[in-house]
Amino acid sequence: MAEQERIHKTRQQETVDAQEAVRVDASRHDQLKNDLDELLDEIDEVLEDNAEEFVRNYVQKGGQ
Amino acid sequence: MDRRIFGLETEYGVTFSLHGQRRINPDDVSRIIFRRIVASGRSSNVFLENGSRLYLDVGSHPEYATAECDNLFDLLAQDRAGDVLMNELVDSAQQHISPEGTSGQIHLFKNNVDSAGNSYGCHENYCTERDEDLSRHEQFLIPFLITRQLFAGAGRVITTPSRGTYFSLSQRAEHIWETISSATTRSRPIINTRDEPHADPERFRRLHVILGDSNMSDFATILKVGATSLVLSMVEDKNTVLRDLTLDNPMKALRDVATDPLGDRHVTVRLTNGRELTAWQVQSEICERVEHYVQGRDLSDDQRFVVSAWRATLEQMAVDPLVLADRIDWITKMQLITQLCNSEGIGLSHPKVALVDLLYHDTHPTRGLYNRLRHKGHTVRLVADDAVARAVTTPPQTTRARLRGEFVRRAKEQRRDFSVDWVHLKLNDHVQRTLILKDPFKSHDERFDRLYETL
Repeated sequence: MAEQERIHKTRQQETVDAQEAVRVDASRHDQLKNDLDELLDEIDEVLEDNAEEFVRNYVQKGGQ
Repeated sequence: MDRRIFGLETEYGVTFSLHGQRRINPDDVSRIIFRRIVASGRSSNVFLENGSRLYLDVGSHPEYATAECDNLFDLLAQDRAGDVLMNELVDSAQQHISPEGTSGQIHLFKNNVDSAGNSYGCHENYCTERDEDLSRHEQFLIPFLITRQLFAGAGRVITTPSRGTYFSLSQRAEHIWETISSATTRSRPIINTRDEPHADPERFRRLHVILGDSNMSDFATILKVGATSLVLSMVEDKNTVLRDLTLDNPMKALRDVATDPLGDRHVTVRLTNGRELTAWQVQSEICERVEHYVQGRDLSDDQRFVVSAWRATLEQMAVDPLVLADRIDWITKMQLITQLCNSEGIGLSHPKVALVDLLYHDTHPTRGLYNRLRHKGHTVRLVADDAVARAVTTPPQTTRARLRGEFVRRAKEQRRDFSVDWVHLKLNDHVQRTLILKDPFKSHDERFDRLYETL
């Protein structure tokens, strides 16, 4: 059982306060909205210059 | 509550692009990505030190199947380890294709639909007791699975002849045609009944759910598998009386729910008993039933997390769903796309929207849009980076996967010729010793110890 307990403890440390994560945080949402413009500006740099072509060429075969 | 074994299988989409143009077809890109795997394992189907399986699947999709886990946080770490492993292979393939790094890029997407409408999956596996009666699944599990897209959907901008262009909750909703059947690619069902338990067939079955979207979000991944597992426990417990929620037309319900992400059109689904409920009402009723069911039962930490996360999510959805942009994939993506459309004055059918929709799922740590948001701290994190790094080389310690992972690592170190699958560990020497591991819950085994010593 000692082994199980050790695993249990390690998991807890690693799971970044899970109960805290459940709490819904509206202020976080405001920060996100503020940063989205910045993110969209940034992605302009990494975005393919030819969005239409890129998207049209993204063709796979079906999977399961 | 009893432990349950579960796992995730992810089919990735690949493309190679140079200034938007496709210069290498996906089959070849996949082959180049798997070059290193084939070189070391002589096959494009290998089991790794962390107990997982890596292979090229139907349609040349690189696929990663996590090792069997009995804890949701372990599962999350193992699933994210798959992204890390795939990205290492992609980096190496990228070097192979363009050593100078100037002529085009490989993109690896963790999504479920390409631009031509081909679909590939993220399959969930749940180990269950053997029981051939699936009537309670139809009555309760199917309605749950159809409406869980509220929190498990990855979102997608879709154009159909009848509905025009709209934001759909789910990537997969348009690609599923039956509730329960044995088909896979022809006429995909919600639950695939192919009977491959990968364990003692007299005791176990493996419930194979192929409806789900691939989730980028930690929170959505855990909630999806965790809530499904709890509902399944209730369905399997025949002493528990459940109110029949059988849907009148499940496929119509699946598609209809997907068209009303914010719930503001009050789209309802009809039950066979005549009740008309919104997806939120169905979820709310099931969540409440689960809360009641788990009362007085001994829950593990991850199960407890799921019950409160599920309730908190539904409550917030009733007030203002957009606030959940830090944890629910479709909401994160919808925010991104709304902002893009507003700032550029474009509509949903603009190609740039489709590009952002795709790049949300790019698994590259800095190019992928979800990953960028995660890096900036805008998303709920439920697994630490070092736990993911460890999961790349270490199997879950509390299931059969521990034995498989240890065996693979040791056999490789000792340069032994071996074969492995979910159930068998085999040494290809003159004695041909094979160990059969029929119990996925068993992480220690004396027969294994004896075999291991001879390695």
